[in-house]
This record gives sequence, C-alpha cells and structure tokens, in this order.
Amino acid sequence: MLICCTASPTRAFATAVPLSDSTALPRRASVPTALIVGASIVTILLVTAALAQVVAPYPFDQMHIRDRFAPPGLRYLAGTDEYGRDVFSRLLIGSQLSLLLGVIATLISMGIGVPLGMLAGYSRGLIDEAIMRVLDIMMAFPPIMLVLLILAITQPSLMKTAFAIGILSAPPIGRVTRSVTLDLMSGEFMEAARARGERLHYVLCRELLPNVWPVLMVEASLRVVFAVLLGAVLSFLGFGVQPPAADWGLMISNGRAFVEKAPWISLAPGIAMGLTVIGISLLGDGLREVLDPRLGRRQ
Amino acid sequence: MASYALRRLGTVLVILAVMSLLVFLATHALPASTAAMILGQYSTPETLAALEHKLGLDLPLWLQYWNWLRAMLHGDMGQSLVMERPVAPMLWDAFGRSAILALCAMAIVATVGVAMGVVAGVWRGRWPDHAVSIFAYLGIAVPEFYWGLVLILVFCSTFHLLPSSGIGNLSDGVGSYVSYLILPVITLTLTLLAHVSRLTRSSMAEQLDSMYVKVARARGLPEHVVIVRHALPNAMVPTITVLAQDFGFLIGGIVAIETVFAYPGLGRLLIFALQRQDLPLMQAAILTLTAVFCLANLGADLLYGIANPRIRHGGAVE
Repeated sequence: MLICCTASPTRAFATAVPLSDSTALPRRASVPTALIVGASIVTILLVTAALAQVVAPYPFDQMHIRDRFAPPGLRYLAGTDEYGRDVFSRLLIGSQLSLLLGVIATLISMGIGVPLGMLAGYSRGLIDEAIMRVLDIMMAFPPIMLVLLILAITQPSLMKTAFAIGILSAPPIGRVTRSVTLDLMSGEFMEAARARGERLHYVLCRELLPNVWPVLMVEASLRVVFAVLLGAVLSFLGFGVQPPAADWGLMISNGRAFVEKAPWISLAPGIAMGLTVIGISLLGDGLREVLDPRLGRRQ
Repeated sequence: MASYALRRLGTVLVILAVMSLLVFLATHALPASTAAMILGQYSTPETLAALEHKLGLDLPLWLQYWNWLRAMLHGDMGQSLVMERPVAPMLWDAFGRSAILALCAMAIVATVGVAMGVVAGVWRGRWPDHAVSIFAYLGIAVPEFYWGLVLILVFCSTFHLLPSSGIGNLSDGVGSYVSYLILPVITLTLTLLAHVSRLTRSSMAEQLDSMYVKVARARGLPEHVVIVRHALPNAMVPTITVLAQDFGFLIGGIVAIETVFAYPGLGRLLIFALQRQDLPLMQAAILTLTAVFCLANLGADLLYGIANPRIRHGGAVE
C-alpha cells in the first residue's frame, strides 16, 4: 500500500543517474548487504514457490477433520485451520499466487507505462504533454477506489485483480521512464542514432530501452511489493481471489474469526508475506545502491 | 500562487467529474438493476417497467446521468436500497467517525514520524538509525490490517486491555470512547510512520551534509541549534508534502482497518455497499472518498508551493 506514494523519491533518484553509452555502471568495492540478503530471500522464495506442489507435505485443500485447529508442531509445521487443512502447505501454494499476482501486475504496468514514458520523453512537445496529463489524471484517483470499483462490478479473479493493480501502477512507471529518458536524450549514443537517421521504433527499442532498463528494475521491485500488498488487502476485503484458494490475504481474513483459539491461521501467512515483501524491498534497495552513484558516495 | 491554486482546483473539478461519470457508468454495468432490487423476487415485467419509468431509468443514459449528478450536487444522494433510508445522513455520520480516526492518526504521524526521522538522520549509522529503519521495514512489510490483527491478539485477547471492535459511546465517558479509538489509530499510523520517518531521515541527512550546516557549526553554534533552527526547517519541506499526500493514502488504509476493527466509518459503509450492491450508497461513498482524496492532494500541492519558493514564482515542477 505504502509504495504507491513512494513514487517521488524514486523519481528524484531516476533523474540523478547519469546513464549513457560510455559510462559503465560504477564499480563499488563491495556488494551492498541489502542486495545479498534480498537476493537470497527472493531466490529461496522463487525456488519454494516453483516447487510448492512437490515440497508441500499435504495437498493444500486436503481436510484432516480430526486435526482441526492443530497447533504448529512436527506433524503440521504451521498448524491446521478450521477445516484441518495444513497451513504450511497452503502457505507454499499461496506464495505462487502472491508472486504470480505481483509479477503479472508489474508486467502489465510496465507494458503500459514504459512505452508511454519513453514516447513522452523522446518526443517532448504536444505528445509529451498529452501523455503526462492523462497519467496525472490517472494518478489523481484514490488507488483502492478504482480497483474496488472494477472488482465489485465483475466476478473477481486473480487475473482481474492483477489487471486492475497493473493499470493502477502504470502511471508511476510511465513517469519514471520519462524522466530517465529525458536524461538519456542528451547522450552521445542518442545523437549518433539520430544522425544515422534511425527509425523511431529502432531508437526506442534498441537504443533507449537497454539504458532505461536498470532503473526500471528498481521501480519494478517497488511495484511487485505494491501489488502483493494491495492484492492481500483486496482478498482480505473479499474482492480478490475467492475461497477455497490458498491466498495469503484470504487466509488472514479466514483466520480472523479464530484469532484467539488458533492465532497461527492468520499469523503464519502474514509472516510469509512480510518475508516476501522485505526480501523484494531489500533487493530493490540494494539494486538502487549499486545503480545510484550519488548514494554510494554519500555513505 | 493564486493562479496556480485556481488551476489546480480546476483539475480537481475535472477529476471529480470524470470519477462521477465512471462511478455512474460502472454502477450501470452491474448485473443488478435498481428497480429489480427494490421489487425483489415478486416483480413482474409490468411492475418493473412501471417502477423504471417512475425512477427515470427508461430515460436515455446521458439524461439519467445529468439528473443523478444534479441531485448529488444538491446534496440528495438518494435512498439506500438495502437499508431503505436516505443515504446522506448515514454517509455524513460515517464520514465524521472516519474523520476522527484519520485526524488522530495524522496528528501522531506528523509528530512522532518526524521526530523519529530527525533522530535517525542525526544519529546516522548508529543504533537509533538502525532501530528506525527496522521499524520502517516492519511497518511496510505487511498490510496495515495485519498489524491490526496482531494488536487485537495482544491487547484484547491476551491482556484484555482494550476493546477489539466497534465504537464507544461518548455518554459512557471520554475514557471509554477513547479506548475504542486507540487500536485503530495505532494501526493506521504504523505504515505511515514508516514512510514519514524514512523520508524525514533522508532529507535530514541531506541537509546536515550541506554547506550552510557546516558553516553554522563552524560558527560555533551548539549542535541542537544547528539541528532545530537550521537543518530541520529545510528538511521539513519534502515531509510536509508527503504528510499531505499520506492523508489521501490514509483513506485507502481506513477501508481495511475499519473492517478489521468493525468501526462504523465510511470505509466500512463502502464495503457494505459494494458487497450488497447497494447502488446509491456505493456511488455516494466512492464519490465522497474521491473528493476527500483529491482535496488532500490539492492541499499537498498548495502547501508545497508555499513551502518551496521556486514553485511559488512559477518555476518548473518536474
């Protein structure tokens, strides 16, 4: 949720990175700790998510009626819920849903935001003005309202949630892309491309995109976090993924009723989500530290 | 500055108009029609047609929109379909209750958040800085409603200190009323505290590294004077904007948190309306929340203009 308003620091950062053809990324003596920790967490997460069906001790929807509300232990690592379903297995399957939502939403937002931002930054003038005003208006809507409206009038599904969040994230991506593009425009490689008379398509895809990419990776990490958290809020409110899916937000919401009797039903998915978010955030922060020479000098 | 303010106000009006159109069209795309909902399962095609004619639902869409908008602007928000009561009084009551939550949370964020950021910025790289940064990571790691749940578990289920849900009655005394507010307000502040303290920290750090601070120190001013009188006012400029923006963000948080604490505010009213597909209530709640969000953003821009002379004098804002 928070990430939606952190667009401005990222923007400031993006304008500060002098990326051009001739300057390689600044070499730092040591890799930032945040990057190492973040990358490890994200790697572990991706591996467990990919192997969730194999690693999970039980099928995520198998009910053990005699073991309802079993506390965490050797048999059920994170306990069982009100139907006797293994919470740990559900957590693993849930990680697939969360990551899928985060990645799809981010891909959608980048699919919309990056071309618009590059076009705006490259062409300046009227096109720039028009694109930026539309993005401004999109950003002026309260984020959750738009998503709730979309999800309330249609049958909720993972793809719709991802689509709604993706649209919501497109304007900030567009703005970052534009400001980086503006910085790159003065680069010699751009001048060379223009002097060679390359077509717009070539300049944008082959010259600009590879240089915009590193900064976008940082922004993308923020967007994945935003999507995971907002997705959880939406399922919690009942407008996201529907039961019996093993979605983290949904699990927290279901466990609310038993929070005194069996707190692990709600607490476990929250811890999993926290680890995911912290891992991705650390990865993003670490990347930023590597990519932003100004920050490196200051510390 | 005045023309800037007027231009921004114009933008807000455009956004509200667009949102009203979106809300109107979206609610018309819903499977449930107003007439069918009022008549329930015993409707016949004839009664449906008659009621649709009476409610003006057989008019062309643009005329319906115009009628609806005109009524809204006159403060007539229609009748709730589920509760069969006028929407406006319900909405304003809920709005007031949400506003109390939001204002309390904002007050805490503005004071505690800034203080935390200053402490972290001044003792950069030392333990207060690390403590604030761990707090900030915890604050943004999970959605606010999760912390709400944890707080309920700790303070209500385990220690039985505070009520876990609902709203207090002022006639039972201020203490009891406040006790219902404590947990929702704390939950609302956690994420924002993380945000504001991180931002204040970095802008404080930036100011402390600047030339004028070095000069002030070289002049032999005591460190607390340097921090409070010299660095802090400049460090506050970005924080002020973010505080105002966060107010808009608070509105999103309030929807989930009112649900967790069963607090009868605007957010919960909206969720109720969406779940029961109560069209008039839904429209009114969404439009009110959008208006508050836009006005908060407007306030943020104006405050930024006041705090930052470059914008006041027509410089580029990029």
